[in-house]
Amino acid sequence: MNKIVIENLSLQYTDGTESLRGINMDIREHAITALFGPAGGGKSTLLRCLNRLNDLTDVEEISGRILLDGENVLDPQTDIIALRRKVGMVFARPVVLPMSIYQNLTYGLELAGEKRRSVLYEAAERSLKLAALWDEVKDRLDDPAIALSGGQQQRLCLARSLALQPEIILLDEPTSGLDPISTGKVEAALQELKKDYTIILVPHSVQQAARTADYAAFFLQGELVEYGDGAELFTNPKEKRTEDYVTGRFG
Amino acid sequence: MNRHLSQRLGFFVLTLVALFTVTPIVAVIVYIFIQGSPAISWEFLTVAPRSGMREGGILPAIIGTFYLTIGTAAFSVPLGIAAAVYLSEYAADNRWTRLIRLAIINLAGIPSVVYGLFGLGLFVLFLNFGTSILSASLTLSIMTLPVIISTAEEALRAVPQAFRTVSISLGATRWQTVRRIVLPQALPGILTGVILGLERAAGETAPILFTGAAFFLPRLPGSVFDATMALPYHLFVISTQVPEMPIQIQYGTALVLLVFVLGMNLIATVIRSRARARRQW
Repeated sequence: MNKIVIENLSLQYTDGTESLRGINMDIREHAITALFGPAGGGKSTLLRCLNRLNDLTDVEEISGRILLDGENVLDPQTDIIALRRKVGMVFARPVVLPMSIYQNLTYGLELAGEKRRSVLYEAAERSLKLAALWDEVKDRLDDPAIALSGGQQQRLCLARSLALQPEIILLDEPTSGLDPISTGKVEAALQELKKDYTIILVPHSVQQAARTADYAAFFLQGELVEYGDGAELFTNPKEKRTEDYVTGRFG
Repeated sequence: MNRHLSQRLGFFVLTLVALFTVTPIVAVIVYIFIQGSPAISWEFLTVAPRSGMREGGILPAIIGTFYLTIGTAAFSVPLGIAAAVYLSEYAADNRWTRLIRLAIINLAGIPSVVYGLFGLGLFVLFLNFGTSILSASLTLSIMTLPVIISTAEEALRAVPQAFRTVSISLGATRWQTVRRIVLPQALPGILTGVILGLERAAGETAPILFTGAAFFLPRLPGSVFDATMALPYHLFVISTQVPEMPIQIQYGTALVLLVFVLGMNLIATVIRSRARARRQW
């Protein structure tokens, strides 16, 4: 099933940096789709279109459609608050909010008006378990989140998105600042999560893309060069440019 | 001249310059303290002036300055913080907001006596609040606003942008983000600015001269529409307007005003250093 259908998406920032040109792409549910390619290719920009986080930046022009379950995300009428609860996001640098571990997890739910303590607690526990962090923090949920290690903080950020029970999770180089062991934990968690969620990942390396992706899309300077089955794309790319990048000839 | 010598000479000169800047401040405080402390007694702080202010205490002036500070805070703090939140969190960076910022900066440069005259025209006469605590507080508020707005805006901007992005990405509205993340994190910085602004208001004479300060009042003010005595104006009066004034009482009054203002400064410093120690970013 296609969760997201992107039709002829183009975008230009006011400062002329990174842009997208005529992107067409169907994103499958219950799978990990990796968007990879050199910096400035438009991967993060595309991610930020999906939850309309680009509203915060200076976008000069945006055209095309992004259909999420058939609804156009880019429609001005879209309820962006509801959209952002449905489409969770994890950033490159783990940013824990300046509060306790537990408060980080319940923040989004409380904003949505959830007051029942049992619901909040269950959401916190469930999402921590999903992010493979529960065993490490269950005895110190009231500690400040900043006291966690970098890897733990990033898994907390993942758990924080999961607490809202989104349908889609966007991850923008989530392991770029992490050591190999923490990276492994995050990747393993993602493999579990894809059973229930649609995951779109910007990996921090080609190797990570190859390790994790069910589907992979190669972006180069705002253009979608090649998109297809992950195993196929990394072993037998159709495009010369994809092959050159995957085999390390540039990038 | 070899490098080590020039380095040592440089340090020596810089230390000397630093000492020169600190010396006047320390000298003023020490001098006022030595001259004024003999006048300080329980009676001095708790009774009204007597015998043409040459005897008795300064209670009405202390209470008056207290009232004026509270009154100024009541207007300038909510208004100033709201303006800072608007400028930092909502306003786009365009010609209009640049104009507002320019106005705020210029507002800070206006001589305080001009504020006094403005307050006289607007609050005392036009709005008919009379020479009163209300008029004086409003006048002091306008004077304090630029300090509060610019320090509060700075404190708000110091909160990392990533917190806002994360909060928004979790489905928060802009206002929820401001109220739950940005304001609490910026609060110590805002409070510091508020106190520094109010401290200046508490020590000012010119703005209250025409708007609310009384030469001498036999009783304490009963409402915001009454005029009041105030420490800085009282100090001016007993230093220049009353012949054969005992010098002790003058310095005693100055000391009380100084302690009041420095006390507020100390509170601001404590808040700032505590917040810095606890800050999680």
